[in-house]
Amino acid sequence: MSEARAILALADGRHFVGHALGARGTTTGEVVFTTAMSGYQEVLTDPSYAGQIVTMTAPQIGNTGINGEDGEDERPRLAGFIVREASPAVSSWRADESLEAYLQRHGIVGIQGIDTRTLTRHLRDLGAQNGAIGVVDDVNDATIAALVRKAKEAPSMVGLDLATGVSTKEPYVWREGTGRWHPSAPGATLAKTLDKRVVALDFGLKRNILRCLVDAGCEVTVVPAKTTAAEILALAPDGVFLSNGPGDPAPLEYAVDTLRALLGKKPIFGICLGHQLLGRAFGATTSKLRFGHRGVNQPVRDLTTGNIEITTQNHGFIVDEASLGQDARVTHVHLNDGTCEGIAHQTLPAFSVQYHPESAAGPHDSLYLFRRFVDMIEARG
Amino acid sequence: MPRREDLKKILLVGSGPIVIGQACEFDYSGTQGAKALRAEGYEIVLVNSNPATIMTDPELADRTYIEPLTVDALTKIIERERPDALLPTLGGQTALNLALALDEAGVLERYGVELIGASKEAIRKAEDRSLFKQACAKVGLDTPRSGHAHTLEEALEIVKDTGYPAILRPSFTMGGMGGGIVWKPEEFAEKVEWALSQSPTREVLIEQSVIGWKEYELEVICDVAGNFAVVCSIENIDPMGVHTGDSITVAPAMTLTDREYQRLRDGARAIMREIGVATGGANVQFAVNPKNGDVIVIEMNPRVSRSSALASKATGYAIAKVAAKLAVGYRLDELRNDITRVTSAAFEPSIDYVVVKWPRFAFEKFPGADPRLGTQMKSVGEAMAIGRTFCEALQKAARSLETGKDGLCTLLPPEGGADYPALAAALDRLGRRDLANEPAPEPKPHVAQAIHDVATTRAAVLKLVQVATADRLFQVGDALRLGATVEELHGLTGIDPWFLAQMQRIVDYERAYAGKPLGAGDVARVRDGKALGFSDRQLSRLAKTDESSVRAFRHQHGVRPTFSRVDTCAAEFVAFTPYMYSHYDAGGPDGTCGDAASDEAFANQEPSNKQKVVILGGGPNRIGQGIEFDYCCCHAAFALREMGHETIMVNCNPETVSTDYDTSDRLYFEPLTLEDVLEICHREAQGGELAGVIVQLGGQTPLKLAKPLSQEGIPILGTSAEAIDRAEDREQFDVMLTRLGLRRPRGGIAHDEASALRVARDLGYPLLVRPSYVLGGRAMMIVNDEDELRQYVRPAVEVAEEAMREIRRTKDSAARPTILIDEFLKDAIECDVDCVCDGENVVIGGVMQHIEEAGIHSGDSACVLPPHTLPRFVVSSIKEQTRMLAMELGVRGLMNVQFGVINQATFIIEVNPRASRTVPFVSKATGVPLAKIASKVMAGATLASLGITDEVVPKHVCVKESVFPFAKFPGVDTILGPEMRSTGEVMGIDSTFERAFGKAIAAAGQGLPTKGAVVISVKDDDKPVAVVVARKMHRLGFKIVATGGTADTFIRCGIPTEKVAKVAEGSPHIVDRIKRKGEDEVVLVINTTTGARAIRDSYSIRRQTLLAGVPYFTTTSAALAAVDAIQDGGVAGGQVEVRSLQEWNATEG
Repeated sequence: MSEARAILALADGRHFVGHALGARGTTTGEVVFTTAMSGYQEVLTDPSYAGQIVTMTAPQIGNTGINGEDGEDERPRLAGFIVREASPAVSSWRADESLEAYLQRHGIVGIQGIDTRTLTRHLRDLGAQNGAIGVVDDVNDATIAALVRKAKEAPSMVGLDLATGVSTKEPYVWREGTGRWHPSAPGATLAKTLDKRVVALDFGLKRNILRCLVDAGCEVTVVPAKTTAAEILALAPDGVFLSNGPGDPAPLEYAVDTLRALLGKKPIFGICLGHQLLGRAFGATTSKLRFGHRGVNQPVRDLTTGNIEITTQNHGFIVDEASLGQDARVTHVHLNDGTCEGIAHQTLPAFSVQYHPESAAGPHDSLYLFRRFVDMIEARG
Repeated sequence: MPRREDLKKILLVGSGPIVIGQACEFDYSGTQGAKALRAEGYEIVLVNSNPATIMTDPELADRTYIEPLTVDALTKIIERERPDALLPTLGGQTALNLALALDEAGVLERYGVELIGASKEAIRKAEDRSLFKQACAKVGLDTPRSGHAHTLEEALEIVKDTGYPAILRPSFTMGGMGGGIVWKPEEFAEKVEWALSQSPTREVLIEQSVIGWKEYELEVICDVAGNFAVVCSIENIDPMGVHTGDSITVAPAMTLTDREYQRLRDGARAIMREIGVATGGANVQFAVNPKNGDVIVIEMNPRVSRSSALASKATGYAIAKVAAKLAVGYRLDELRNDITRVTSAAFEPSIDYVVVKWPRFAFEKFPGADPRLGTQMKSVGEAMAIGRTFCEALQKAARSLETGKDGLCTLLPPEGGADYPALAAALDRLGRRDLANEPAPEPKPHVAQAIHDVATTRAAVLKLVQVATADRLFQVGDALRLGATVEELHGLTGIDPWFLAQMQRIVDYERAYAGKPLGAGDVARVRDGKALGFSDRQLSRLAKTDESSVRAFRHQHGVRPTFSRVDTCAAEFVAFTPYMYSHYDAGGPDGTCGDAASDEAFANQEPSNKQKVVILGGGPNRIGQGIEFDYCCCHAAFALREMGHETIMVNCNPETVSTDYDTSDRLYFEPLTLEDVLEICHREAQGGELAGVIVQLGGQTPLKLAKPLSQEGIPILGTSAEAIDRAEDREQFDVMLTRLGLRRPRGGIAHDEASALRVARDLGYPLLVRPSYVLGGRAMMIVNDEDELRQYVRPAVEVAEEAMREIRRTKDSAARPTILIDEFLKDAIECDVDCVCDGENVVIGGVMQHIEEAGIHSGDSACVLPPHTLPRFVVSSIKEQTRMLAMELGVRGLMNVQFGVINQATFIIEVNPRASRTVPFVSKATGVPLAKIASKVMAGATLASLGITDEVVPKHVCVKESVFPFAKFPGVDTILGPEMRSTGEVMGIDSTFERAFGKAIAAAGQGLPTKGAVVISVKDDDKPVAVVVARKMHRLGFKIVATGGTADTFIRCGIPTEKVAKVAEGSPHIVDRIKRKGEDEVVLVINTTTGARAIRDSYSIRRQTLLAGVPYFTTTSAALAAVDAIQDGGVAGGQVEVRSLQEWNATEG
């Protein structure tokens, strides 16, 4: 473990003293926690965490290092990383480098050696809030106060367009499936040919979504977040996919406009932020949860079948069910708090889920949704 | 789908006696199941032959049958009770096998009983190796290359494909019984024969070895609608090749990426579906190739298991309770998570700590047993520990084991006692030894006799660690201490480098601070050490000071543990169940430990104004201290809750009912050491009034904490620490007996060979010798002459020395190892008495007469309640003496006394001012809940106020019989002696002794025969009784087979006898005769012997008997009882009757 001391300070004044992890420096962001026990590499690279400092509740992180396959993006997107204990050793036949080296290489500031359970309980009870991590020469009132101030000054998540920052700048085509990691789970598909053409609007897309779409038989053209409906229609896709992404959907009015223009013209499938945007396109409102759903053990009921899926989730905002209106219906609900986890248009081919059927990390219980999307495309002939 | 309304009455089947591979975990699951289903309004009929279980408490079911778990008895029960359904999935392999047998016998169909929880097809598919293999292949999962053999010839064909080493797995056995690893062609035939003999279907799977692959287990749950969740993933530190029950395991899995983990999850789900497990808990084991991630499925169990108990305790998710509800129709999403109250049971627990399970072995009890671990389980118990990090959990687990280690300690001298070169040489010899039917040479020298240089020692350690044995992880620690690298050790052991690197951190810490005294500036050092799991005692050794100084330093600087909750959800939701573990986390405002805001001991709870009582449990199961003590601890929790106290349980055994978060008001899953208990008391005292600690119910483990706790000012409830000491200390005890005018066998004490011989000359032989302060007759022996005494003394002093380390630390720093030498009461009848005393009155719980004579450990002997042959005045005298002792000692609570009776004269053999092993048996026999009464007395109630004034002597007869693990230890003699070796017990209840004994024997798995040949070979002293036995057997139509003198005696007495040659006289001899199948095959063996030489000579008879699965007796007293049972016990006529405990006890009043 590094000898350098680091402090995590929260906007409400609470602070934790630990040791430096990754890059030496200071970072700010919204402090959140995920209860996923496996898949820290996927968490690190999930663009949905842009602007956030992520706490892993699982205490031993970094055990299997970082490998070339499991990244959900080319680089880590989160603002900071908090772990109880970063592994001094790496053990995996696939590992390329250690967590520490990876974070340093990408300039991600982190902290280790703090009581992450106490932090998690604090966030649970008082809600997610902004925080700052700083590597300090000395832990004293002044260095602590300086970090608390930084945390307070950090911009709020609400109203922030974070998607543009992580979206692709140029369109590209994706044809790679899950390959040797193809899951043998219920609902998994493995198409022989890519005979559907899908445009994916990238708000902070996870790669495994692309792989799952390819497995379902789609060739995917990924386009920047601000691509217009006309530009999309010009590509003549069989369907349109709305990706996950970071932060608040409310400021992304441009995307909602795009969706309204596409509704009814192309089958639409959205995940996470994409789900919230579709909800807004249906006329619903979105709001912020106190501390969000982040983990890979979240139970969701599919109202169509009554079955339960254990899902991967990573969201701080939800679609307000009451605001959904006549045109759309709730298709999935969270078993614990009853929040809306999926919606579909009553008549038009458009549906979305709040959770992550592509998992990465997490269970493969919801792969059927990709099949459902392709079926929808096929039904349109 | 809600609960099924078409079911009214459900039959629950337990797992029977505690054996290796099936222990308390099935009491835990059965108890949860019974409670859950009863709460749903079902009528519960429960069957289990094990009286020491909570599940057989009469309050837990509508009808409780303590009857043999045989098709016969179950058929009678089903006939009588007509249940709608049978739930077999909570009772281990025993219950599953019994359910299948009942189905095959047509019983279920005949009485319209539905199998719930698992279908017979699913059970068969999961258990039958070839069906399982096909199922896996169908869903695209690999299984090891393998084949099934029913004969040696078939086996030889298969091994050509699998190659060596090959794994043997007999079908339908539990704990891997009869299985093993065959390294070389030379050992193949014998091991295959043994494996075939252990399988009820004479079938063995021969399998490609994946030794060295990583091993994982997924505990899963599913419902009738196909919903599926993984409750816990478990990673074995010991790679493939060691039975998972014998492996040190970690939860959650530590060295898998998510992709690799999800591959296992997908596999588990696919297998569940393919096997057809409709509802309930199950587990699936996988092997993963560390080089390329290849996955192989090893096995799955369509039922709850030892590891599901572990998973429940590790996560807080009550698998058995949920499984029971799923079996009656509920869906997962219809059930709530008890811990959070608001979230659904349909989820996967997330944990924010690390759990380590460490098995506990008892090789010291089985000299000659092969110490190498393999696919056949050999451990007798396990400890679990929870820490925030792996290092913390690992070291807590090590000290929970109670094998004298207070962390990942060194075994190297001078601190430890291992002579590595000698151990390596012994292992080497073992490797070369022929495993045939010969007792092994004792791989003894454990104590350093020679000083070795570092290079020699290091070479020896590196050799040792290649073979998995009970101490391997400690040896790996020593290898690191001696400079071996992580890479090197990974190569030698196959242990994942991640675990080794963590152990390296522990060793590095030691190296950094060894020999450095603690100074004011060392707060961070202590905090770091605590976070790595170091105990105060370990830190004190590094700092060259004592444990209490380290503790004082720690407290002075505010370095205290934080108590966090096991909450299933990594703090995502508020937990209402106070299930706690301690850990040391820096990260408070100034980086300190024990930040008050972090502590959850009292989180989300109204402060209670109840008086708190801490109950200390028994720790890991071991021989001599097992489920009986857990039963007592649970009863204390129930009783004190009834009295309005707040009950606080402390224990570290994941198998038990006591560590169910439902059992007490508050649960601390912690090691039972002074340090850990003191911290708990400290924390609890801050949240209310601590009335005191109960130490007398958990066996020797908590009892030995009585004095140190008392010295720290913690009130001990019940019998005082001084009184406990007075009963344990030989000299004080003698003074007391003299004062009371009570007799004990003459005896003396010795500290070395010379004084032992001196004492022996005074007393004369035979003598009973044992080290003081040890439990379960450890190293206890009967010596017949001076030679035997000499051989005995030195190893006994070693054992005493081990016990002394603890005594010196806690009581008397000048204590010397002591050997107790007593006159041996030859041919005495032994009795056990349990009583409760409140300081004014003594109420006898029951008097038990042993069936085996004195010299057989009381824990191994069968016994009868009430005494069946003792004259009334002898029994009265025993009771009176018991009362005198209890009053004189000042007992508050339970006391157990053992007596020897010779010619109507009584001698006191032992007094234990604590709960005894027989408390649950007595309670079941008499209907009087002794442990509950005693707990209330300890908390201040009087016997009179509780309405307990008189002993209840039942009109029926109860027999307790012991169960032994000999079959798991090839090379071990089955002859009984003063050292306890049984793992469990069963009970037979009936209206006569003969019937009750017959049931007990059947329940113990010995099933008395009704025809065939009986081999009788006895020592001279036993011949008169043997004649009686032989004559009765002959009259019952058995053929009598005997050797040498025994045969001559029988013939002289006019009993037709087939005389067979002794082994020494050449083939065909007695062992060949036992092997012979067909007409007049041997169905019973009676073999008694004495003296080291004769015991050696007759060893092969007993081993072959065990191998052939033939019932046997090694005392004539037990044999006589068995003949009577065959004759008058309804065995011959198949007239066994069953009756519930509730009915038996109702007839008493």
